[in-house]
Amino acid sequence: MVQYTNANLDTSFAALSDVTRRGVLEQLIRAEASITELAEKFNMTLTGMKKHVGVLEQAGLVITQKVGRVRTCKVGPHRLAEATAWLEKYRQLWAARFDELDGVIEDLKQREKIDGRKKRE
Amino acid sequence: MAARKESEPKPMKNRTTVERKSERELIVMRTFDAPAQIVFEAWTKPDLFRRWWAPRSRGISLLSCEMDVRVGGGYRLVFGKGMEFFGRYIEVTPHSRLVWTNDEGGEGGPVTTVTFEEKGGKTLLVMHELYSSKEALDAAGTGAADGMGELFGQLDELLATLGASGGRVRSG
Repeated sequence: MVQYTNANLDTSFAALSDVTRRGVLEQLIRAEASITELAEKFNMTLTGMKKHVGVLEQAGLVITQKVGRVRTCKVGPHRLAEATAWLEKYRQLWAARFDELDGVIEDLKQREKIDGRKKRE
Repeated sequence: MAARKESEPKPMKNRTTVERKSERELIVMRTFDAPAQIVFEAWTKPDLFRRWWAPRSRGISLLSCEMDVRVGGGYRLVFGKGMEFFGRYIEVTPHSRLVWTNDEGGEGGPVTTVTFEEKGGKTLLVMHELYSSKEALDAAGTGAADGMGELFGQLDELLATLGASGGRVRSG
């Protein structure tokens, strides 16, 4: 899980390491836009812009939707997903702790059994 | 008798549930197949506590664990990389209730209440964490779960900067 998160963050940081992609994200935070509009705004070829948007999309920072011939881009649900994911991570940490605690409790129960037997003798 | 009992199949692990009860409260619940007195012991004796608090499966190692379990007594857990957790016990009721503060983040840290409720030889454990604000819980969530809070913070900051710089989109 931690590895997964690391990988996720790496992708996010890699996606944001490029000045154009930061610009694109900045633009999309303000308003959604089509690939064509973004390409024009950033003075870039359609193919070039598609690549940048693809990287942002992979990092979960941007989502795209094709309606007819126009592909619209907007800020992705990445942040939202992270907010709910931590509860699950937290649960997993406690589940791991409590599974170990089961072992400690078993030992204590064994000890009580032995102590009880000794007392009876 | 005992032999027959031991040959019974091992029961499935009990499920741990986590619930965000409110904006400031988090609840972790789990049932243990033992009387409350035993579960309580595992939470209050340092040599037992350290065996499970830092689960091997998570790659966490606890360097030291000091616990003075009585009202007003302190505790201090030291993990690798200088990570420390400390606070004070504010309520200690044997076999049923423990309340402590979490002071590593300064004043206004969360308060943890653990109750041990015995029923038919089993114990329902409820751990309740009360944070000072929604933001404090949110921050602890990303941080405590995996120690990645700082990185998330950096990413948040970066995204906030990107959002705040508004119209200055590179257009060249």
